[in-house]
Amino acid sequence: MITVDIRAKSFGKTQVLGPISFSVETGETLAILGPSGIGKSTLLRIVAGIDTRFDGTVQRPGSCAIVFQEPTLLPWRSALQNLCLVHPGLDEAAAREALGRVGLGDKADLFPGQLSLGQQRRLALARAFAGEPDLLIMDEPFVSLDAETAETMLALTEALLADVAPAAIFVTHARAEAERLATRIIELQGAPATVRLDPQPGQEEGDPPHDRA
Amino acid sequence: MTGRIGVPAVSLASLLLVWVVAAALTADPQILPQPGALVAPFLAEMSAGTLPYHLGRTLLRVLWAFALAMGTGLVLGLLMGRSARVNLWLDPWLVVFLNLPALVLIVLCYLWIGLNETAAIIAVTLNKIPNVTTVIREGARALSPDLDAMAKVYRMPLGARLRHVILPQLAPFIAAAARSGIAVIWKIVLVVEFLGRSNGIGFQIHLYFQLFDVGMVLIYALSFIAVMLAFEWLFLQPWERRARRWRGA
Repeated sequence: MITVDIRAKSFGKTQVLGPISFSVETGETLAILGPSGIGKSTLLRIVAGIDTRFDGTVQRPGSCAIVFQEPTLLPWRSALQNLCLVHPGLDEAAAREALGRVGLGDKADLFPGQLSLGQQRRLALARAFAGEPDLLIMDEPFVSLDAETAETMLALTEALLADVAPAAIFVTHARAEAERLATRIIELQGAPATVRLDPQPGQEEGDPPHDRA
Repeated sequence: MTGRIGVPAVSLASLLLVWVVAAALTADPQILPQPGALVAPFLAEMSAGTLPYHLGRTLLRVLWAFALAMGTGLVLGLLMGRSARVNLWLDPWLVVFLNLPALVLIVLCYLWIGLNETAAIIAVTLNKIPNVTTVIREGARALSPDLDAMAKVYRMPLGARLRHVILPQLAPFIAAAARSGIAVIWKIVLVVEFLGRSNGIGFQIHLYFQLFDVGMVLIYALSFIAVMLAFEWLFLQPWERRARRWRGA
């Protein structure tokens, strides 16, 4: 469903990413692990098509969705509009249902500023899944949440991933999160960052988890 | 409610009081007539239709120049704020036009285009575009890159992106440009009319200036200020309140 083949990515003279190749099939969830500052977010921005200045190719399906570290909502539009404006094909009933799904059914008409951070995060999650995307990208979606909220988000994400079954890629530095959600894990290491070669515990089936270009 | 209507009313009344006191101290209606003395000639001008006619002409020019300057300034400001390349090319032009005296632009427009309506409106518009552009450019530079990335990944159509992502972020800058814009524009329109039009408030002020009729000059000037106050209170402020609703919520 998505094929990534990056040869290099540099900021000025500093090369951040080395050769990184992988592909993710529909229904599969790939976790990208690695310490802070290794270039996980850079990689994700390339995969999402936000950053187009790199050496290599990325083949992406038609509809993509993204969950950032921050909720990144439109603060001047209601929770409901935050779903409907981003997905023009979504009718109001479906949008309300998507809000209900993440426990925000009674908050449809509130502005994001009236929601708690945990609720804003769930709204961002609802926005990502509402369009039933072919590709879902998540950048540390559970970072800086208290344990309870993080657990709610994790459970919610797990259920939504099972329902919508997109090709999903998410970045994290917590191995426990990766092992819980992912069907496959790759780990970044080194500078410039490349995929670590030894087999990972979260791996399923006989396919090689990654191949270096 | 007391705050929103009461305070401005008291504030305006005190301005009127200053006028009354000043007129009493001057004690010469030729120099500064009492406010009450203007009521009768004001009503006469109204019923004769001359005041509404000239007011209408000026208002039309103000609206044209305002719409053109805001529209062009918005586009230029957005382009310059978003693209460093465009900014590099256009910034010297901006500085030149910002520092070109209004009078020079007006005279040149009349000389090059002729003493007509087009020249008048273009002169006012050109005077205002640089200010609007400068303000909007600041707003465009402050646009959130995160929301940009979000809109890009979700492939929001350009129209929706503009209306729901970009313009709400620019709203305070647009309001600031509009407020200072409308005030500056009507002042420049008056100069334009003073120099080369045969109707409008500026033309009338020119006429009564030559007749040394302070009362009539004040009547025409104040009438238009009243129109501008109405614009501020009936249009600009309600729109701003609506656009700002999400902040207070």
